[in-house]
Amino acid sequence: MTEMKYKTPLLDELEKGPWPSFVKEMKKEAHRPMVQDAIGQLERSYEEHISHWKHGGLVGVMGYGGGVIGRYSDLPEEFPEVAAFHTHRVNQPSAWFYTSEALRTLCDIWERHGSGLTNMHGSTGDIVFLGSTTEEIEPLFADLTKHGFDLGGSGSNMRTPSCCVGPARCEWACYDTLDACYNITQEFQDELHRPFFPYKYKFKFAGCPNDCVASIARSDCSVMGTWKDEIQVNQAAVLDYAKTVDIDAEICDLCPTRCVEWDGKTLEIDNSNCVKCMHCINVMPKALKPGKERGATILIGGKAPIIGGALLCSVFVPFLEMDKDSDYEDLKELTEAIWDLWGEHGKLRERVGEFIQRVGMSNFLEEIGLDPVPEMVMAPRSNPYIFFDDEIFE
Amino acid sequence: MAEERITDIGPPNYEQFLPPVIKKNYGKWDHHEILKPGVMVHVAESGDKLFTVRCGTPRLLAITSIRKFADIADKYCDGHLRWTSRNNVEFLLTDESKIEALIAEVEEYGFPIGGMGNCISNIVHTQGWVHCHSAASDASGTVKAVMDELMPHFQNMELPAKLRVAYACCLNMCGAVHCSDIAILGVHTRAPVIEHDDLPKMCEIPTLVASCPTGAIRPATVDGVQSVEIVDEQCMFCGNCYTVCPAVKINNAQTDGISIWVGGKVSNARVAPKFSKLAIPFIPNNPPRWPEVVDAVVKIINVYAENARKHERMGEWIDRIGWPKFFELTDIEFTKYHIDDFKHAGETYMRTAQLRH
Repeated sequence: MTEMKYKTPLLDELEKGPWPSFVKEMKKEAHRPMVQDAIGQLERSYEEHISHWKHGGLVGVMGYGGGVIGRYSDLPEEFPEVAAFHTHRVNQPSAWFYTSEALRTLCDIWERHGSGLTNMHGSTGDIVFLGSTTEEIEPLFADLTKHGFDLGGSGSNMRTPSCCVGPARCEWACYDTLDACYNITQEFQDELHRPFFPYKYKFKFAGCPNDCVASIARSDCSVMGTWKDEIQVNQAAVLDYAKTVDIDAEICDLCPTRCVEWDGKTLEIDNSNCVKCMHCINVMPKALKPGKERGATILIGGKAPIIGGALLCSVFVPFLEMDKDSDYEDLKELTEAIWDLWGEHGKLRERVGEFIQRVGMSNFLEEIGLDPVPEMVMAPRSNPYIFFDDEIFE
Repeated sequence: MAEERITDIGPPNYEQFLPPVIKKNYGKWDHHEILKPGVMVHVAESGDKLFTVRCGTPRLLAITSIRKFADIADKYCDGHLRWTSRNNVEFLLTDESKIEALIAEVEEYGFPIGGMGNCISNIVHTQGWVHCHSAASDASGTVKAVMDELMPHFQNMELPAKLRVAYACCLNMCGAVHCSDIAILGVHTRAPVIEHDDLPKMCEIPTLVASCPTGAIRPATVDGVQSVEIVDEQCMFCGNCYTVCPAVKINNAQTDGISIWVGGKVSNARVAPKFSKLAIPFIPNNPPRWPEVVDAVVKIINVYAENARKHERMGEWIDRIGWPKFFELTDIEFTKYHIDDFKHAGETYMRTAQLRH
């Protein structure tokens, strides 16, 4: 093992214990001087209870406004090798599938240009390369693109879209999340690399309402798979489950609309009342499957707290067909309409969810050209302060 | 002559990375089954089987480890693997007889198998002091300390339901932890300190003033320098000003710390997605192992595991028993900080006499 430049008694404590240690990971790359200094500076943070990274600063590749996040040490004299230690976001392949060859290609590129430390993956989904110098940004980018990879998003642009494992390995996928994610990412390359929006705009593609990519909480546009027709039931398999699952207690009683009934022999579902929550399907995956008339619910406006408070996405289009052959034209048209409106009227650092709250969902829908439908609300308004206009007399 | 500059190519097409069994059965999977913790099989309509072995990682990975994963994938999986949305690695193979040897080799290299079914999967988290400027605490260290204790729950499936833990080192929440069964969140608790000498050089004052959601920042002339002043009582420590202006220092070694939130979820199963709610407003930073945070998380999980019904997520359990009972069972003190006073705060007031006495 490489000899360590600094004593790190506090970090060494985090090499102990059964869970894999990030300190061990850092030390695996400590043959690079910049990693030694990154470890030294981190130990200092552990001693002093404070970060020693300075605020960003504008760095990036020619022609792009995002993808590289400037990172500088506030102790450059003491830790000169990390005086500049920038983060690079590399757009991941759909659903994070790799071959060993692709991984080695990425590792070789990162070995040539940076610290050898990564995040697999960043919160938005990118492959994150942690730490390189300003001089290496362009050569790294050239090396990446030469091998078929490109940078992801950062700043006020479309952020790198991500998706669940979808039809590649899940029987519940109601549309092709991998294809939709890839298609949308390619369609909007300009919006991904060049920040022209009021703030960030995130897409996440979830194949079913289990939402394994947390799209409803973590994206501005959640494309969540769903279906319209009957849950597919294999009654023989239900009988098999009945040996180990208390179907009355675990399925019928927990159904949010009580639309499932079990008489000990046959499972009856009132599909007209099913809200596609996935619970019964999750518990009995061999017996139940989503219906065959599949598509997606489009929900918009989700975000973390900064700045006007956290929001979950809300329903925008209750059901949209997500046919691969359509090239997702409907979703693209809606997206461009949202971007035009929010781009023109959104305030600086105002996410689209906050924008909708400020201008009102009704006004927003009118401008986009969508009709209001009851699926968009938990309940109609309860206050009588209605902004009537002349339309009421028509 | 210089090579032509390539831009705007986007990510590589995922199709080239899919294993043959997936290409053949794409969209034609029939069902799946968890065979044991960390191992599942997907069965296609064709009868083909795909086995998945899942291992936890610290997210921060050395290329040395990634290359090792690649070697393991070559040896057992014809080179095929993927990552999950919670930073786990999934080895994908068709030969069931190779599973045990694969598991042995992954565990030997120091990475645990698990994270499936009614368990605690990997903690999604942020950069912390490893690589972020606005972190109120470290992410990787806290996560490591907590997961060291929660490891049995990663490796078994004995909880009432899934339990998702997430960590974010400040309110920016790169990890969007706000809908987790347990969210561990770094918090600043004091108004920023202004470096008046640097401010005019580094920041646009109108942008800085506009960045404050509570209007606490005002233009001011300080010692002849065009700068700003902050009304401390109006500051809610969000740090938005620091994001737009580095001279407004929000980080504070003495007063930054960690808060704990409970009962959120993102899936639509049974009940609608929910935000996490405040359980513990503040725990001082205590590196390297944050024992008070670890104890609090373990305590909440133990009480949940003992009391929740089968399939009940943390938030569903609390909704059934009520918040007073949650605070009683967990021995967590209910304080003034638990009562919302931001926008729409009244939505969380109890406007019924339906109480348990």
